[in-house]
Amino acid sequence: MLDLRLYMLQRITALIMAPLTLGHIAVMIYAVQGGLSAEEILGRTQGSVFWFSFYGSFVLAVATHAAIGLRVIAHEMIGLTGRALTGFTWGTGLLLLAMGTQALIAVTWPAGMT
Amino acid sequence: MRPARAHPLWLAFVLHRVSGLALALFLPVHFWVLSYALTTPEKLNEFLSFAEQPIVKLAEFGLVFLLAVHVFGGLRLMAMEWLPWSGPQKSLAAGALGVAVLISGTFLLQVV
Amino acid sequence: MEPVTSQESALDGQSGTLEVSVWRGTSQGGDYQRFEVPALENQTILDVVSWIQHYADATLTYRFACRVGMCGSCAMMVNGQPRWTCRTHVKKVLKAGKVQIGPLRNLPVIKDLVADMDPFFDKWVTAGGAHAPSATRDDPIPPVDPQDAIRVEASAGIECINCSICYAACDTVAGNPDYLGPAALQRAWTLLNDAKHDAPHQILDAVSGVGGCHNCHSMGSCTVFCPNDLDPMSAIAGLKRETAKSFFRRRK
Repeated sequence: MLDLRLYMLQRITALIMAPLTLGHIAVMIYAVQGGLSAEEILGRTQGSVFWFSFYGSFVLAVATHAAIGLRVIAHEMIGLTGRALTGFTWGTGLLLLAMGTQALIAVTWPAGMT
Repeated sequence: MRPARAHPLWLAFVLHRVSGLALALFLPVHFWVLSYALTTPEKLNEFLSFAEQPIVKLAEFGLVFLLAVHVFGGLRLMAMEWLPWSGPQKSLAAGALGVAVLISGTFLLQVV
Repeated sequence: MEPVTSQESALDGQSGTLEVSVWRGTSQGGDYQRFEVPALENQTILDVVSWIQHYADATLTYRFACRVGMCGSCAMMVNGQPRWTCRTHVKKVLKAGKVQIGPLRNLPVIKDLVADMDPFFDKWVTAGGAHAPSATRDDPIPPVDPQDAIRVEASAGIECINCSICYAACDTVAGNPDYLGPAALQRAWTLLNDAKHDAPHQILDAVSGVGGCHNCHSMGSCTVFCPNDLDPMSAIAGLKRETAKSFFRRRK
């Protein structure tokens, strides 16, 4: 159910996300000091090429990684197989990618450019 | 019939699976809330002030812990699989848990 | 008067009985049946099963051969854990005078305590476990250095006797019936590191399919339960490493 190709995708996206996640956690610990506001977050992220590529690669990697992880769970715990399993994998991956892209654009696209 | 399997690396597997599943379920909610930033920033602020409640702070601490334990547990697995050295796996798994507690604890101290 | 030793009291029948539940039936259905078995000072689970078959119910079906932990045919679930019954002392597993004995997990049950080993051995072959010689009998015998790093890897798993304890202990096998399992994959790793095996690439392909080594979650129950103290989890990690390397190599 996991062949070499899916395994490599799973591991490579994990390796990409390892530094991104640690960066994300570091930003969280820094940003929550004194509370959060939409203005504060957007002031840091909107129009920033760095944060766009940071969270852009994060969204791509996490959609792939989570879809493969959920595929394994769906097969082992609820016995999904064949086309249903393939559909489930693609469905979760694309849903996460779509929602992630929407959030990415909302948070990093330059204000007034949409 | 199931074998008794509460040994350290089996528990590490369960922690990795549970944290992964929880994070995957949290992600759509996370994305959905953030996407309000563009259309209706007031709604995002509304949500952020809702997140000021202690119970939500505690839930956030839980999420940071799950994220950290998934990252470090995953790094342990990849090191075991790909490095030509396997190390003391039980200690490394315990170490991953320890680091996750430390990181999420730091986060908790910042929000209280 | 000399105090009565426990050995003597057991022989006198003074130390009571064991309450033994034994699986009766097949994969299609069945139930645990209770037997009262005389408690002895020294007895193994296999002794208990044999006593039941000899003295209580001759229709009880079970499998054993060597009785000394060499052949790997008497593995069963004892109180829910996979064990060699011939090497499991009753005293070690007895809980409040009771013990439960069932057929190996993760395999079809033919009858009572006899599991159908076919899927286990079929996967052993599917994983590339059959030896392909690199030379004929007419060629000179190439020397093998036992200290060589690759040979050390090959030797690590060579004591496997295919008892299927690891296969029964593995939760990944339980959830994913296509998964080749720890024993077959460890065999593949052993052959991959064997200088006299001629088809290493076939092994890498055989363990890279849908049921291959990449399904392993490294929970390590195989290594915890192996009665021979082998380490299939690390062997499977080795296969993952080599297949990942070949993945990059073939891309170039």
